[in-house]
Amino acid sequence: MSDLWRLTAHDAHEGLRSKQFTAVELTQSVLDRVAAVEVRVHAFITPTPDLAVEHAREADARFAAGTATPLTGIPVGVKDVIVTKDVRTTAGSKILGNFVPPYDSHVYEQIRRAGAVMVGKANMDEFAMGSSTEHSAYGPTHNPWNLDLVPGGSSGGSAAAVSAGECLVALGSDTGGSIRQPAALCGNVGIDPTYGRVSRFGIVAFGSSLDQVGPLARDVEDAATMLDCISGHDPRDSTTNPEPLPDLRHYLGRDVRGMRIGVPREYFVAGMEPGVKARIEEALKLFEDLGCQVDRDLSLPSTEHALAVYYIIAPSEASANLARYDGVKYGFSDRSARTMWDNMEQTRARGFGEEVKRRIMLGTYALSAGYYDAYYLKAQKVRTVINREFAAAFEKYDVIVTPTSPTVAFPIGAKTDDPYAMYLNDVYTLPSAVAGLPALSLPCGLSEGLPVGLQIIGNFFDEGRIITAAHAFERAFGWANRLPDL
Amino acid sequence: MSLTPDEVLHIARLARIALSDADVQRLTAQLSGILDHFAALSSVDAGDVEPTAHPLPLSNVMRADEVSPSLPRSEVLANAPEQEEGFFRVRAVLE
Repeated sequence: MSDLWRLTAHDAHEGLRSKQFTAVELTQSVLDRVAAVEVRVHAFITPTPDLAVEHAREADARFAAGTATPLTGIPVGVKDVIVTKDVRTTAGSKILGNFVPPYDSHVYEQIRRAGAVMVGKANMDEFAMGSSTEHSAYGPTHNPWNLDLVPGGSSGGSAAAVSAGECLVALGSDTGGSIRQPAALCGNVGIDPTYGRVSRFGIVAFGSSLDQVGPLARDVEDAATMLDCISGHDPRDSTTNPEPLPDLRHYLGRDVRGMRIGVPREYFVAGMEPGVKARIEEALKLFEDLGCQVDRDLSLPSTEHALAVYYIIAPSEASANLARYDGVKYGFSDRSARTMWDNMEQTRARGFGEEVKRRIMLGTYALSAGYYDAYYLKAQKVRTVINREFAAAFEKYDVIVTPTSPTVAFPIGAKTDDPYAMYLNDVYTLPSAVAGLPALSLPCGLSEGLPVGLQIIGNFFDEGRIITAAHAFERAFGWANRLPDL
Repeated sequence: MSLTPDEVLHIARLARIALSDADVQRLTAQLSGILDHFAALSSVDAGDVEPTAHPLPLSNVMRADEVSPSLPRSEVLANAPEQEEGFFRVRAVLE
């Protein structure tokens, strides 16, 4: 019973349902694992063990009453960008270091309604700005596959917690790759849903036309189950899709013969590690063996511009969203000066970290008089060009397959002095994010002993087809729920 | 596209972030470097293309104009650095 933390959520659900163990025993196994490895991994900003035991007791009562769901009693990590009533929510920032929200986010309400157990608030790059979790004000998270390496980011705490056994499944958020890239670097399955599938109510805002919450899990089935739980219309977020949603679990176990897969040439350029390229080529071969039509002649010519488009639009939106941190209503406040304005400038200077200040400055500049047309408006126009290229591609293909990240996990400290080198980590995850399309990353093997991620991009609200492709690949490849020795 | 230290100070004032001299120097170099990488965007011919502000074709999502409960004032103020008589308290706004 001591290794219950190794189970996938669906296997744990079977164990709970058939009374092989209780939710309290499962949670205790995970909490013991947290106690054993957290000092080395640092996946959480705020662990919540007492709350977890309370949730687990409720879950056992639900199994007894016959009202359990597939997530009842499942230990879950929650990225600290997700607002939780009465549980400190920092978004990885010093400026929210003492913020205890008076309400719950929609996604947290959904997982609690399903009976999930919250293990803790997961570490992240400050305000989700980063690709390594090194920009957290609470110290970096370490990759469970090699503790000297980053877990990716910004949802690095969520990804590391799933791989280290500190939860069975986790919630992250993706703005330009913040679920998929850490999922790739830690060997998880991660999904960035279609923009509008999941409510952003109660998500600390970064780039409002880009932000989406999604799952990080140990296999495709768990990721689909979690995405099902959090999806759907929410009147408190007017950008959520009012259409009824299909049960994503119906897309598991389906045949992929005849599926049309496009492989964009522009993703196979300089900068990709040979080991990553080799794994992706093998993955494409496996899709062919499964009967898919893999076409490598797809061209998405504006791919190279997605990075500039994203790093103008996201910081612009961030500069507006982060204007609310003024030291007046909540959060850190420097009151050393005589006037409110001086206090605000000092509060923001001391409360924000370097990367956040850099992006606020970049966004403020791109929106400022005289530069708006050249930067922000131009980026919005090129965003349209990128969208059109994807739309044309989805007339010919069911899904698009690419690498998730050009490299495997890199050493802590390797890129912190060069902001642009850090931005390049996101080169494969940015285009679909800019377009608002759903995309999934799943493991497709190891390079230098470290996980490599395969990205599957789908058309709007076509998560089902992505899940079908990913599940068929996972079964044929035989990777599901592989955890590092730690 | 290179920024000057004066421009960086101007942006910082707009963003209400106090900067030290060392901050200004570092950010001038870093932001100029990042903007240089964005220069390639100017080569894209997107003259008549409509800008995209939002990935979905949604506009004017309405809801019924109904009164619903909001958070009690005490809970809203619970995180305030300073409060007085049910209001957020700040230092002098006018000199």
